[in-house]
Amino acid sequence: MGQIELKQVTKSFGDVQVIPPLDLTIEDGEFTVFVGPSGCGKSTLLRLIAGLEDITTGHIEIDGKDATDVVPAKRGLAMVFQSYALYPHMSVRKNIAFPLRMSKMDQAEITKRVEGAASVLNLTDYLDRRPGQLSGGQRQRVAIGRAIVREPAAFLFDEPLSNLDAALRVGMRLEISELHKRLETTMIYVTHDQVEAMTMADKIVVLQSGVIEQVGTPLELYRTPRNTFVAGFIGSPKMNLIEGAEAAKHDATTIGIRPEHIDVVESGGLWQGTVGVAEHLGSDTFFHIHNTGLAETLTVRAIGDVSLKHGDTIHLTPRSHEIHRFGADGLRMA
Amino acid sequence: MARAVTTNRKIITSAAAWTIALIIFFPIFWTILTSFKTEAQAINDPPLFFNFDWTLENYAIVQERSDYMKFLWNSVIVAGGSTLLGILIAIPAAWSMAFVPSKRTKDILLWMLSTKMLPAVGVLYPISLIFVEFNLLDTRGGLIVVLMLINLPIIVWMLYTYFREIPGEILEAARMDGATLKEEILYVLTPMAVPGIASTVLLNFILAWNEAFWTLNLTAANAAPLTAFIASYSSPEGLFFAKLSAASTMAIAPILILGWFSQKQLVRGLTFGAVK
Repeated sequence: MGQIELKQVTKSFGDVQVIPPLDLTIEDGEFTVFVGPSGCGKSTLLRLIAGLEDITTGHIEIDGKDATDVVPAKRGLAMVFQSYALYPHMSVRKNIAFPLRMSKMDQAEITKRVEGAASVLNLTDYLDRRPGQLSGGQRQRVAIGRAIVREPAAFLFDEPLSNLDAALRVGMRLEISELHKRLETTMIYVTHDQVEAMTMADKIVVLQSGVIEQVGTPLELYRTPRNTFVAGFIGSPKMNLIEGAEAAKHDATTIGIRPEHIDVVESGGLWQGTVGVAEHLGSDTFFHIHNTGLAETLTVRAIGDVSLKHGDTIHLTPRSHEIHRFGADGLRMA
Repeated sequence: MARAVTTNRKIITSAAAWTIALIIFFPIFWTILTSFKTEAQAINDPPLFFNFDWTLENYAIVQERSDYMKFLWNSVIVAGGSTLLGILIAIPAAWSMAFVPSKRTKDILLWMLSTKMLPAVGVLYPISLIFVEFNLLDTRGGLIVVLMLINLPIIVWMLYTYFREIPGEILEAARMDGATLKEEILYVLTPMAVPGIASTVLLNFILAWNEAFWTLNLTAANAAPLTAFIASYSSPEGLFFAKLSAASTMAIAPILILGWFSQKQLVRGLTFGAVK
């Protein structure tokens, strides 16, 4: 079990309120991702749930029981830190066994569980090494091993992949997702990387300045962003947000159109412009278009390797049913 | 010619370092040398360097006149006891200052250090009265407590500096892993801080070993450590330099040997944090 509920939770550091009153329910077994730009309060929120920071007002319930004043050790949650936070003076075996030792578990059971976790995480050959002798990916696995052996009510991940190189990050992302499928335990995952959020989450919580901007499945956020912030934050490359006369034509203050929803046409088209930078990825090409008569630079995603280069004229047509409309308050219009 | 300059520099730096080291070491060297002279040779003018009749006479006299082992044992107990007690108090204190600092932590640290600016003689009277009141005069227990209190600010400061180097996330991980505060300090913080704790222990052992003001003022016969042993050979008249030197050499020998064997640890500990 691992249902976590935040009720009117606030957090202030001195006079500065970093989390205004916030309500959130994380269902048992769900993979929830907190995502937002740096300084948005996502890590603070995770630390409040962990108990590493005290909440200023409000309540936190874990499985229906009030955990507001429960110390981190007694909340039954496991955490994986960005810096891995392994115990440098202990072997991998002792690192993984540490939480079990703290819960006074029987030695035979500890050995069984540590070896089980090690084999799942491909760490069997490294059990007698110290963390300092491992690579970044291996250290991350040890940190995960230390979290899974105790079978917690929920896992908390604080930007666990940001210290890894790009290739390893993709691999570990998959491993964590697979782990979630197998364990079916609640996981809360903090990241500033919207790609991680989109690929891993059952539910994404988008935060800005301590405020929840939107909660939903990855595709809900992609298809129906609640406001311009979410629209701009979710999706890669970013959604084009256009203001002014073009938006007024749709009775909106701002309209949004994703780069993949603008078609490159031979001639005519709604907008014409010149190609600025063209980013060729092979599978796709991203064009940055200037001189369209719009104030904003447009980003367009074309499938495959389209052979237009810097300075060429390009004709574009947005798919009208994919246009998002936002009002003066930044909120989505029906 | 860059290489030549570097070599010259090396020679100059080495020479300067050796000169300073020799100047610092000279009094100790002279004490040891004097301890092998006769009383007459000890005050000879001009001073005698190696051209004298080496003798062990002073050591024999000192051995005969006083019970060296008793003083040594008192020194070990008092220096060791005060250091151990200090460490036990300072670890939790430094933990709280390093990992859960409050607005006043810096002030408290400075205030603690400020007690070291007070001349010891300023509190001689009150402390003596307390000792009389509680029957602590000339007891090892009383001395342990006083020396511990005197060195406590330094112990806390040193440990605080070492603890600050330990990433807080590791202690948070221990908390998440179900460790109580005691287990966190015992199994995670202390083993990680071993180099720092070791050098703190060593330095404070040396400070307590050499402490002379309180040991001389608060002890007589029973609890007197080696500092009192040395002092007993200084007299207002007659020749005593050679015997005093012999007593001094015997008193500093154990700590010199300890320092020699642990110099690596000491140097590493004292420069800890300077280079990450």
